[in-house]
Amino acid sequence: MQAVAEHEFPGSLTQNQAREQAQSLADQVQQAFVNQQPLVISSGGSKGFYGHPLEGEKLSLSGYQGIVSYEPSELVITARAGTPLHIIETVLAEQGQMLGFEPPHYAASATLGGTIACGLSGPRRPYSGAARDFVLGVTMINGKGEILRFGGQVMKNVAGYDVSRLMSGAQGTLGVLLEISLKVIPMPAHEETRVLSCSQQQMQTLLCDLGRQPLPVSATLFHNDRLYIRLSGTAAGVHSAAQVIGGDLLSADQFWLQAKEQQHPFFNSDQTFWRLSLPPAATAVPDDIAKQQLIEWGGAQRWLYSEADRCQVIQWAEANGGHATAVDRSKHGCTLFHPLSSALLPLSKRIKQSFDPAGILNAGRLYPDL
Amino acid sequence: MTLNTTQHDNLLNSLLPELGQLIPAQFIITEVEQLHAYECDAFTTMRQLPLLTVLPETIEQVQHVMRCCNHLNIPVVARGAGTGLTAGSMPVENGVLLGMSKFDQIHDIDLNNRTALIDPGVRNQSVSDAVAPHNLYFAPDPSSQLACSVGGNVAENAGGVHCLKYGLTVHNILELEIVTIEGELITLGSAALDAAGYDLTAIMTGSEGLLGIIVKIRVKLLPIPASTRVMLAAFATIEDAGHAIAAVIGAGIIPAGLEMIDQTGIRAIEELMHAGYPVDAAAVIICELDGSAAEVEDELSNVINIFTGLNATDIQIASNAEESKRIWAARKAAFPALARLAPDNYIMDGTIPRRALAQVWKQINQLADQYQLQVVNVFHAGDGNMHPSILFDSSDEDQHRRAFELGTRILELCIEVGGTISGEHGIGLEKINQMCLQFSTTELQQFHALKQAFDAKQLLNPGKQIPTLARCAEFNAMHVHHGDMPFPHLERF
Repeated sequence: MQAVAEHEFPGSLTQNQAREQAQSLADQVQQAFVNQQPLVISSGGSKGFYGHPLEGEKLSLSGYQGIVSYEPSELVITARAGTPLHIIETVLAEQGQMLGFEPPHYAASATLGGTIACGLSGPRRPYSGAARDFVLGVTMINGKGEILRFGGQVMKNVAGYDVSRLMSGAQGTLGVLLEISLKVIPMPAHEETRVLSCSQQQMQTLLCDLGRQPLPVSATLFHNDRLYIRLSGTAAGVHSAAQVIGGDLLSADQFWLQAKEQQHPFFNSDQTFWRLSLPPAATAVPDDIAKQQLIEWGGAQRWLYSEADRCQVIQWAEANGGHATAVDRSKHGCTLFHPLSSALLPLSKRIKQSFDPAGILNAGRLYPDL
Repeated sequence: MTLNTTQHDNLLNSLLPELGQLIPAQFIITEVEQLHAYECDAFTTMRQLPLLTVLPETIEQVQHVMRCCNHLNIPVVARGAGTGLTAGSMPVENGVLLGMSKFDQIHDIDLNNRTALIDPGVRNQSVSDAVAPHNLYFAPDPSSQLACSVGGNVAENAGGVHCLKYGLTVHNILELEIVTIEGELITLGSAALDAAGYDLTAIMTGSEGLLGIIVKIRVKLLPIPASTRVMLAAFATIEDAGHAIAAVIGAGIIPAGLEMIDQTGIRAIEELMHAGYPVDAAAVIICELDGSAAEVEDELSNVINIFTGLNATDIQIASNAEESKRIWAARKAAFPALARLAPDNYIMDGTIPRRALAQVWKQINQLADQYQLQVVNVFHAGDGNMHPSILFDSSDEDQHRRAFELGTRILELCIEVGGTISGEHGIGLEKINQMCLQFSTTELQQFHALKQAFDAKQLLNPGKQIPTLARCAEFNAMHVHHGDMPFPHLERF
């Protein structure tokens, strides 16, 4: 495929080099399987805080780079896990395309593999889909050191279980991602952000109302009684939607980038903060739980600082149809995920075991037994 | 009495009293005449009578059925509306057929969150009908949407004609309640946009009843687009039509629907539906654009320019909803229309990268000549999902054999160009051998290990979707014997 030559960059491997490296990574996993040696999968290190800290032998994917194929008219890109995310985004942008889930980088070193393994999505998520929604296929190494391929490079594929989507958010606990195929989307021709002053209650009412109309909303953020709504589409489509929404035009181009990368002043603190994932119209988080809040995703993602007891936050989120994650982004910080139900935990353990029978892949990253 | 009938009677004698503890007798069917209604899905060439059919109406009853079957080691096959095309819900011998048709309620329409909590037996179209007064709809729209159930849609990860823009079933559901083979009720996903832990909604969707029984579904609802425009463009060659498709996508336009039909298909449809399809064209493209009125008008003129520049011989633009409906109704009637051309019709479901379209189309026609059969191509061109339809007469044994061999060759072709053997219909039993072509032994073993995590005793829809290694060894040996080695040039890790 010609696409390989077109998208070479310093660090990208030839097919032969890639085959050798993949085999050597698989051999390393296979050896660890035999020796029951825990492995810590690493690449750009941009999301080290996102999970429990791990100890073990390092399995580095950072050299496993390259765009394997990319044809804009197919709306699909396939790249190796160690490929820097910014290179992928640049190559796509040159063709007027982008990753629809607008992934956060958190550092310039972010790679494609880590992005998919963590399954994090940015401001566009409720309107275009999450990381997992764009995964079409993966090549991976399971915990026995076997190189396996699931899914493919086509939009629709129901041959076998959808293992490739399962890898998104599994944080390497089910397999080492080698190569990932993603659906991509065209960049919108036009974008603008409207800003409105309103209370949280007014925001919820307005967003529920707008959500039932076919408007090209691509992001929302609510903070300090200001609601920011981004519109993306054709110029005519955006202008007519802007008239429906009203408010003022916001001219700060960096606004959504800062939101996505958690560089918004709200996150400028060493304290642990919470991410509550909720049904968008869920009731307001009570004041005794939320000291300060920033609300995204039309109400479905709420960031908060809290002085409440950990259990209280978790219980409130659960009672309101969602879940809570505690994030500490300070130097040696980590992330604690919402406890799994007594029905889900044993099933999840059996799934982990089916991919990683010796329990050596990023073991404990998500939960102590996974 | 043969061994099998003895086994059958013994199983029935042990199962019936256990089931009866919680399931009313009128919900259990054991008479052979009535069981015939459940012997196959819409892939009617494969049939099997179940041991019995049970039609529970509560989740507790489903749990009880599963506990009984688990205890007695009796296989269970779940069935929605029976519209599947791959024998996925065909019963297994001496197994229970679990019919979910009584689960037909829409429990909650949540307008603020734009979701609906529904039973698995609810028909696909009824969801959109129920929420239409609120200007909302459920996006997946398989051609069988009038009859098929949403539970079946989830089990097969059903698509439809609007997938390119709005995704498959997996993109349009948030939460599932499932009953495991042990009878445990588990919630996967959540009413929020994500859930803690592994993405088990993803693995459950498209698992064809092999991992658990779906008993409740929370679906996403979308606002009905303010404006929709449908056009029909005719092309003198397949190549021109293929280029036109690539050019639309390349221009950054994602149509809501982008379909392509070949000449035989056009003529068959036109004869049945009289929709004004141009019968002399080598191919037609149906393109639907949706969004705000302003957006759609912009895109419409772009698409017209692209099609005209790429030698479209005729472009019809529906001027009102009625005309749009007529164009779509004709497309959705493609299969009934083809059914009039021959006694039997074997529909393939391979998906290929769009760039390979013209080449694959040509090769399919060459293969069809070689096997002396007619193939009609109806194609979800936007997402690369082909539905070549092989016309044959199953009463002619030789034709029957040729049709199925040709089918395998077409699926091989799809794999060869980087595609897959199934885009949306599923594997079931119909394509189980071709799974051996697409997946390596270690990949199949990984699938089996995953199944084991859900169903250690292999009681859920056994023998479907994922072939055993023994089956593949046999199939590959036979297959190599018939022709060349399956694409030795393809790199497989």
